[in-house]
Amino acid sequence: MKTRNSEITPEYLYLSRREFLKSVGMLTAGSLLVSACRSEDIPSKEPEVKASLTPQTVSSTDELGDPLNSYEDISNYNNYYEFSTDKTSVAGLAQDFIISPWTVAVGGLVHYPKTYDLDDLMKFAQEERIYRLRCVEGWSMVIPWTGFPLAALLKEVEPTSDAKYVLLETIYDPEQMPGQNSSWYQWPYVEGLRLDEAMHDLTILAIGLYGKPLLPQSGAPVRLVVPWKYGFKNIKSIVKIDLIAEQPTSLWMAATPHEYGFYANVNPEVPHPRWSQATERRIGELSRRPTLLFNGYEEEVAALYEGMNLSVNF
Amino acid sequence: MVWIRNKWRLLVTHGGALLPLAVLLFDWYMGNLTANPIRAATLRTGKSALVLLVLLLACTPLNTFLGLSWVLPLRKWLGIYTAFYAGIHFAIFAGLDYGFDLVLLRDAIFEKRYAIAGFASGIILLVLAITSTQGWKKRLGNRWKQLHRLVYLAASLAVVHYVWLAKSNLGEPLLYGVIVVLLLVLRIPHISRLGRRLRLSLSKKYNLPA
Repeated sequence: MKTRNSEITPEYLYLSRREFLKSVGMLTAGSLLVSACRSEDIPSKEPEVKASLTPQTVSSTDELGDPLNSYEDISNYNNYYEFSTDKTSVAGLAQDFIISPWTVAVGGLVHYPKTYDLDDLMKFAQEERIYRLRCVEGWSMVIPWTGFPLAALLKEVEPTSDAKYVLLETIYDPEQMPGQNSSWYQWPYVEGLRLDEAMHDLTILAIGLYGKPLLPQSGAPVRLVVPWKYGFKNIKSIVKIDLIAEQPTSLWMAATPHEYGFYANVNPEVPHPRWSQATERRIGELSRRPTLLFNGYEEEVAALYEGMNLSVNF
Repeated sequence: MVWIRNKWRLLVTHGGALLPLAVLLFDWYMGNLTANPIRAATLRTGKSALVLLVLLLACTPLNTFLGLSWVLPLRKWLGIYTAFYAGIHFAIFAGLDYGFDLVLLRDAIFEKRYAIAGFASGIILLVLAITSTQGWKKRLGNRWKQLHRLVYLAASLAVVHYVWLAKSNLGEPLLYGVIVVLLLVLRIPHISRLGRRLRLSLSKKYNLPA
């Protein structure tokens, strides 16, 4: 795992939080007003640093030596059904999505429930993580995220001994998210992890990509990244995190229970009922490549599933 | 000029049928085929084949119910183009997507029901395209018509192929299913006889050419 942790702080972490909010605010008309108001209220003592437009990252490959996908491809090929089921339409439809102000309510079976705003999330020590993302549809990318372990946040709120699972929920706002008017799915999007999966060091909440704040189509302002599971587990635009005792039902489990299970671990040996998962197309490559067990993170996560039948617990 | 006057409908058919391929090649060349061009090209050629197939199936009812007999000669070429796009669709899948890896292809085609349905549909379309010539028509005689009724099986399999591939949002695939079923219903002898009688009595009443 030589390139997982960043040795260089991504560019926008140099910026004051006010500057970050400003640059995030550039994405939305509404939030521009908010950040403008703030800049009047709080005189800045920090040096003015402008966000550069050039994506910056510390490594050009993942730890297996495979190159990063381009910022362009990552930002224009998105599965985000809240906006559209057409991957190339998401970026356009999401561009005015309002992501500031934003809060994430963390509660349920915890000792110290807390509602985090973006400022609070920025205070967690941010790292760059270069992860493979394997979509259940059979394509994959290598993406440099910026974020922090979900465990850091969970430790702050202290789950009680009854807490066994983590439930995460996307914002429900059909006016901004036209796809949420579709009755094929039970909105809002919800996903879940077992508590030990959620506490695993590989599991992060991401707020940036290529050293820049997340764009709306990538799940801004904060989204989950669990690299050993299929892409749909990586819930976007999170507003709620609940610690619960029983295994939750995700949106995809509710939609087609025989096709999408709770675990959704990447596994070439366990096919989707309707298509094989043995191979994948890395975006940007012509030929298919074999899919790796746990998406290549077997060494780190296999212990979580010891003794479990992965075909039954798909 | 006489030739154009007689053949313009066929020319439009050729042009219209080749247009999706031209647009596809242009978009490929320009890099407009998303970050995953092979998938986009597979989806587009599959969609082109399905649309052409629906147009082909609409020809006979258009003649029966509306008296548009000029559509009948277009069926042959619509069928050939349907098979043509289905062939490209399969070639992209097998050649570009799976790089002719026979082991992977065997698993992909014969272990997954969506692929079996698509493959079967493609084989039927190919056979029908090959036997669409006058020579084959003569050689097969009465059996030609029976053979070419298989086009409805090919269309049903194509829709099933599409439905089984959809992740869960079935709106569009089911729309094609409804259209194919509707066009099949219009072929039921009772209904098509009714349609023909209705058309003839209307044209007599209003003194229109039948």
